[in-house]
Amino acid sequence: MILEARDVTKFYGGFRALAGVSLSVKDGEFVSIIGPNGAGKSTLINVLTGALRPSAGTVRFKERDIGGIGPAALARLGMARSFQLVQIFPDLTVLETLQAAVVSRLGRGTRLFASLAGDREVQAGALEVAELFGLADKRHAPARQLPQGDKKLLDVASAFALRPEIILLDEPTSGVSTADKTAIMEILVAASKRVGLRAIIQVEHDMDIVFGYSDRIIALHQGKVLADATPAAIEADQRVVDMVVGRRRAPHPDPLPRGERAG
Amino acid sequence: MRQSGSATRGVVLAAVLLSIALLPLLAPTYYVLLMLPFMALAVVLLGVNLLFGYTGLVSFGHALFIGVGAYAGAFLTVHTTVRSLEVMLLAAAALGAAVAALVGALCVRYVKIYFGMLTLAFGMVFYTFLLKFYRLTGGDEGMRVLRPSLLGQSLDAMPKTDYLAGPYYYYSLAVLVIAAFVMWRVVRSPFGLCLRTIRDNPAKAESLGVSVTRYRWYAFVISGVFGAVGGALLGPPTGNVDPTLAYWTSSGNLVFMVLLGGFANFFGPVLGAFVFIFLQDRVMSTFPYWRLVFGAILAFIVIFAPAGLMGLLSRRRPAEVFRA
Repeated sequence: MILEARDVTKFYGGFRALAGVSLSVKDGEFVSIIGPNGAGKSTLINVLTGALRPSAGTVRFKERDIGGIGPAALARLGMARSFQLVQIFPDLTVLETLQAAVVSRLGRGTRLFASLAGDREVQAGALEVAELFGLADKRHAPARQLPQGDKKLLDVASAFALRPEIILLDEPTSGVSTADKTAIMEILVAASKRVGLRAIIQVEHDMDIVFGYSDRIIALHQGKVLADATPAAIEADQRVVDMVVGRRRAPHPDPLPRGERAG
Repeated sequence: MRQSGSATRGVVLAAVLLSIALLPLLAPTYYVLLMLPFMALAVVLLGVNLLFGYTGLVSFGHALFIGVGAYAGAFLTVHTTVRSLEVMLLAAAALGAAVAALVGALCVRYVKIYFGMLTLAFGMVFYTFLLKFYRLTGGDEGMRVLRPSLLGQSLDAMPKTDYLAGPYYYYSLAVLVIAAFVMWRVVRSPFGLCLRTIRDNPAKAESLGVSVTRYRWYAFVISGVFGAVGGALLGPPTGNVDPTLAYWTSSGNLVFMVLLGGFANFFGPVLGAFVFIFLQDRVMSTFPYWRLVFGAILAFIVIFAPAGLMGLLSRRRPAEVFRA
């Protein structure tokens, strides 16, 4: 068990965003959290990443209570995250962005007079991640000049450069064209194998991505866990499909064009 | 591209340094003496820009540190037997660090206008302290600064102008070169990179494990040290320090110099200080309302050349500098 939430409840004033959510993530798992808008996904992410302290219940990462410890401390503990709205450093190049993550991982941020350019370990570490994510060609480009898909990749890549044990991706493919979505996921999965990631958690709306990559799916509805099962079991559960998954995922895509559909 | 760029920069830098070094031999003494406040302020501005250009924090109270350094030096020469400029600079640096550690601890929890207003407030508090604690500071008359010895050499026998345009000039230049070298190392270190992540996106920096508040505090303290060292250099040329050094208009001038030269460039603020000092001298001698002229220049820069003079020189696209 790497990450475990037990009976997590979160109130915003009088509004209950999470109502006794329990979940756990094991070694080697790819877990997706799904749910309609307002189901409490964002709150859950913020609680799982220590950004918010739960009103009740506990979140434990590697057997340690991480309620409200904050993002910087969490990153040092070994959990990284990416953001729903892409987060980049506009004026830093791709390589500088990744170097910042490597500097942070190696705890070298307080080296005031050391040369960044002369730090081979930082340089090599950043370049390695750039190559892993196919960003090596653009390594000297400022992040603001990258196309949207590459910004998203850079956001995730910088989280990977921390060499976390677990990574939490908040809608890794939102705002990205359909063609790029699969490419991003393929790069991500390949990279996570290369760096020896212990688990991936993602919040995702795109059901093709969710069902295509997850070992397990957790469906949230009105702040509660509606279902926690394998993709096959979720697909077979008509109640969950109706409430959360929707009709977007047809098990057998209809090959006939519209209008020629039978009866 | 990158290689030839840095080679060009090296040549320009060497030429500038050589010109400054040869200036006392070629230029009228008046201009040589005008270089002294420039070099002192350049040291201050290197520190200001660590906050402004690299960490994204605009301080409106940085004259506080000029005051701390200038008064620390003056106090030593008047109330103790210390005359050594090295000791004065070290004392200024230590006191600057101590004051910045305290003030910074309170200020860096805030950003944008709140940070600016807090630094302004502390600057005003210190100004009032200098003005009202007459016994310690001499009130509005300020304090004398007895002529410091340089590298153990007492130069009291020298005529004042010779002292300032000779040994003191080169001493100031040496301090500026050392300060610039140290700051150059700092901004190109892993620490400098962390500061730039904070400037660009604090939330993302935090998620990468950078403790934003702590790093801002480090930057504030370093900046305070540079401010105090530069301040200590400002006293000896006039032989007197007074509270106007720490007044908020003095802080405003620092912000002006940074914008004038361009905060996106390492040497931008230094250029800004140079142009400010010499332009002020020209305008003041021909036109009584020099602030009117400077106000117009500031407005022009912000609207048409937000990357400052360095931006115009290196033809950076200005729109990219003032991003939200």
